[in-house]
Amino acid sequence: MVKRRKLFESVIQFLIRLCGYSAVLFVAAIFIFLLQAGLPALFETSPASLFGQRWYPIENMFGLLPLIYGSFIVTIGAAVISIPFGIATAVFIAEVAPRWMREVLKPFVEILAGLPSVVLGFLGFLVLAPLIRTTLNLPTGLTAFTGSILLAAMALPTIVSVAEDALDSVPKSYRDGALALGATKWQTIWRVTLPAARSGVLTAVMLGIGRAIGETMAVMMVTGNAPQIRWDGLFFPARTMTATIAAEMGEVPGGSTHYHMLFLVAILLFLISFLVNIIASSMLFRAKKRAERMLS
Amino acid sequence: MVGQAPHPKFLVESLSVHYPDGTESLHNISLQIPRNAITVLFGPAGGGKSTLLRTFNRLNDMVEGTRYSGKVLLDGENILTPDLDLVALRRRVGMVFAQPVPLPMSVRENMTYGLELAGERRRRNLDRAIEEGLQAAALWEEMKDRLDEPAHAMSGGQQQRLCLARVLAQQPEVILLDEPTSGLDPISTAKVEDSLQSIKKKYTIIIVPHSVQQAARLADWAGFFYQGDLVEWGEGKNLFIAPKVKRTEDYVTGRFG
Amino acid sequence: MRLSRTVTQRIAFSLLTAIMSVTVLGILAIITYIFWNGLPTLSWEFLSSMPSNGMREGGIWPAIIGTLYLTIGTAVVAVPIGLLAAIYLSEYAPDSTFTRTIRIAIVNLAGIPSVVYGLFGLALFVLFLQLGSSILASCLTLAIMTLPVIISTAEEALRAVPQSFRVVSISMGGTRWQTIRRIVLPQALPGILTGVILGLERAAGETAPILFTGASFFLPHLPQSIFDETMALPYHLFVISTQVPGMPVRIQYGTALVLLIFVLVMNLSATIIRSYYRRKRQW
Repeated sequence: MVKRRKLFESVIQFLIRLCGYSAVLFVAAIFIFLLQAGLPALFETSPASLFGQRWYPIENMFGLLPLIYGSFIVTIGAAVISIPFGIATAVFIAEVAPRWMREVLKPFVEILAGLPSVVLGFLGFLVLAPLIRTTLNLPTGLTAFTGSILLAAMALPTIVSVAEDALDSVPKSYRDGALALGATKWQTIWRVTLPAARSGVLTAVMLGIGRAIGETMAVMMVTGNAPQIRWDGLFFPARTMTATIAAEMGEVPGGSTHYHMLFLVAILLFLISFLVNIIASSMLFRAKKRAERMLS
Repeated sequence: MVGQAPHPKFLVESLSVHYPDGTESLHNISLQIPRNAITVLFGPAGGGKSTLLRTFNRLNDMVEGTRYSGKVLLDGENILTPDLDLVALRRRVGMVFAQPVPLPMSVRENMTYGLELAGERRRRNLDRAIEEGLQAAALWEEMKDRLDEPAHAMSGGQQQRLCLARVLAQQPEVILLDEPTSGLDPISTAKVEDSLQSIKKKYTIIIVPHSVQQAARLADWAGFFYQGDLVEWGEGKNLFIAPKVKRTEDYVTGRFG
Repeated sequence: MRLSRTVTQRIAFSLLTAIMSVTVLGILAIITYIFWNGLPTLSWEFLSSMPSNGMREGGIWPAIIGTLYLTIGTAVVAVPIGLLAAIYLSEYAPDSTFTRTIRIAIVNLAGIPSVVYGLFGLALFVLFLQLGSSILASCLTLAIMTLPVIISTAEEALRAVPQSFRVVSISMGGTRWQTIRRIVLPQALPGILTGVILGLERAAGETAPILFTGASFFLPHLPQSIFDETMALPYHLFVISTQVPGMPVRIQYGTALVLLIFVLVMNLSATIIRSYYRRKRQW
């Protein structure tokens, strides 16, 4: 009886352990498969052409710069909008809103988080783009700017929830101390609570930006899909790395240079998101440790 | 420092316990725990009493890296061997903790939890265990019509007595109690102490009291622990009325604590 | 001019309220707009019949059922693995470098762009394992994408269960697994369920992972097996709003609304479960 119980326990424990290790397995697998399909691209084109300014697969031009530029400019635009909005909303929810309002607002922001990017892209394409075209008098409403607005909407919930968590975990004693010294509520928030939650808020911003960089459908539907580099590119069509993959993968002959190049772009995206998320989570980890130490 | 108890339930020989972070260890303890009596382990904080208590049911093992040296014999068998059947041990040696921990279920389910762990399914046996356990903890009259209510809705005193009843339902041989009444009001405390006195003929009870007075009230045998050492050991009355060691006397009379 | 503290506070708070209101109104506007324009199209016929005339008429039934298949298939793969992984992290994992590596891996998986998952799914499931463009390949891809969400929320739910329960159970002779199965898991179930629903909500709405692994736009009949391709709501919406000339706007809005309702219902259930069980908690 004892032996059977012990055997059962060890079988279960084995399965549990296996699943626990699986995440590492999957990351490794993803990286390996991406490398396997993407590295050949490095040998099929010269590194010089990789840094070219033209992404024109039909003529065998695979300059990555316009794609990187496209992702960059759309993301920066999204950041400029979503960071102040996100932090302000988070501050409101965490510090200003009465309890009942908080219970309503939090699920509300979660609804935004759940909106599929294709739905936002759909509205962007049908409603926002024409609006931008007419209001800003542009030749087309499908611009990087349009993409930035949609991306801001998608990054917002991430920024809000992580920042709100960070603000929430600032010990009550900090606020009480400031108020006891005669500070107004706003002074407390601005000079004590926010600075104390600084690393958590920074993490929120990084995760939000990470989310924006990785967005595919919404940007594909509204940024016009023209790989180009212009100094005023915000109000002109652009092409992100993600949209490139999604748009071109369908018609690419397997094993061709184009095919490998798209995987190379994917590797780039993988590495960028890896970097952003590692930095963000290590900051979050360190902040949590600091908070634990202070509260113990 | 070994007492005169005949047929000891536990025989502790040169026991030392080290936690991985260096806290609360025991230094070379030897003693005997008599059966069917209340043995009290008392002393100031950090003395090693809880460590010893948790050695009797190997609960120290939950802290990774705990090391034992020496022997602890339960009815002659060493329970410190690495391949010991811990499940069987813990069914024989039950424990009540300082804070009442009602499991998040009904009173009935709390009472039958231990038996169900062991695979008991027969309705008759379960019901009998429920009644006997609650009777022994003087809870039967209060609980018999409330068996299906959630246990956490009970008062603190009732919860703790439920924890005792829960252990009794498993029909253990030994009951370990770690400051069981520290969070309870005097009436509930008295009820718990009365229960212990009335059941001690059937069980071996080892208790870490939360005050010297409680120790004096309950002890048939007592051991005074100070910073990991067993300072003095003897029959309850003697240790509190006429302690032999100065340090024991200082503690018992309140000169330090 | 130096503003007084109270004036500064009033300005700051008004600004915060204004921004928050814009956010809330924005979300409301999106939802209302889609409902307003899409509701007229919703009819039993629209939901249950097959499309015709190159998708420009008829219903979107195959897309709906396709999304249902994909969601269920994802759940079947992701939930067991994710739950067991969460149990490992919460109940068994030691405080070692390897455990930290696992956590880093999970954070990583969570941040990988969905289109990269699509490419991975193509390379591994469609090509290497030769599953072809199929429901199976899409479900497996979506499952790996959903894993991190399930693992994180499930682990958090498991950790929230008080340690004292575990100690009591062990002290009564319970094994680790018995303790998990009888006490920890049931108590963590609402939190786990919330996480699963939210994870599946995302999987249901994603387009990029299924783009090259199993989604198709025009299929003459419903999929017969997991090795067939399928239509799916998000992909369908994408194509009819950007790729098909002459597509009636009402069908676009109708499709968008169906997807939106699907997602909102899941969101609502998760919220309700979370708040209901928070109140019923026995600790």
